Amino acid sequence: MSNDNQFPLWEVFVQAKSGTPYKHAGSVHAADKEMALMNARDLYSRRNEGIAIWVVPASAIVASSPEETGSFFEPSNDKAYRHPTFYEIPAEVKHI
Amino acid sequence: MSNNSNAALLEFVIRLGDNNLILGHRLSEWCSNGPFLEEDIALSNIALDYIGQTRILYTYAGTLDGGKTEDFYAYERFEHEFTNALITELPNGDYAHSIARQLYYSVFADLLLTELMKSKDATLAGYAAKAIKETAYHLRHAIDWTLRFGDGTEESHQRMQKAIDDLFMYTGDMFATTENEKSLVAAGIAPDVHSLKAAWTKKVESVLKEATLTMPDAATWQMQGSRTNRHTEHIGYIIAEMQYVTRAYPGNKW
Repeated sequence: MSNDNQFPLWEVFVQAKSGTPYKHAGSVHAADKEMALMNARDLYSRRNEGIAIWVVPASAIVASSPEETGSFFEPSNDKAYRHPTFYEIPAEVKHI
Repeated sequence: MSNNSNAALLEFVIRLGDNNLILGHRLSEWCSNGPFLEEDIALSNIALDYIGQTRILYTYAGTLDGGKTEDFYAYERFEHEFTNALITELPNGDYAHSIARQLYYSVFADLLLTELMKSKDATLAGYAAKAIKETAYHLRHAIDWTLRFGDGTEESHQRMQKAIDDLFMYTGDMFATTENEKSLVAAGIAPDVHSLKAAWTKKVESVLKEATLTMPDAATWQMQGSRTNRHTEHIGYIIAEMQYVTRAYPGNKW
């Protein structure tokens, strides 16, 4: 297999169970969305990983850049009050 | 069940198993040779589906056949004892040929399994219910590539049409039956394979039309043989490779 002429890249997100968030599983090459979905099924659902799949063109994903890490993320470092650790969580409330 | 109908059922189950094993083995030859990584894995998955289906069928055959093991059917029979449809043993050819073979066979398997799900034999009905989900995906895969190649570039169109034409003479043999099978059909155990032909032709025709390809002439001469122990020259090479280790080290366990 050659690496030349690869199809465009798609990112694959798999949902493990109904109601759970989709998680990034990896990527596939495919010519269009139908092929991307089939390739994603073949690569990322072989071992019962999930019940639903999203495929997204990698070019459609907007990512933060490493240079922005400081201004993007550091301001939250010293704001511990944003964590819900100052509340008593009622015993009846699960999944927090 | 009488001895005769038991023999007929055994023959039918082995036929189904042989179709799956030989086609699965052929497709496994694409592993590491696929046109690109994702498609390589897709075909290997399909090959494994067929091998998995074979195991269910050979295991069932063993229970009808004095407790023989699934390995017996795969590794200890000679070419003429295999009853797989001729199309399943044909060489992979280029990717269009492999896809044409998948299209012809998957349309057939999908129709057969749909009927087999209604079988009065609970094991066969259960097998069919499991296998049809896999086969539905195989069919989707085959149709998808037939459309891409047929309605793709000039070269992909020509090569797909050539593959469709080259393999057409082997399709009639999928519908071949034996005298024994009639009793199974009458008993509601096996579908009447002949009756699937019209639906098969209609489905293949519609896929080819959408792919801008031409359906081969229905009057094309059809090679037969799988139900009378006659194969193409290709079966021997498959058997030789598949059985080499068990023949070289009989009875070895690993």
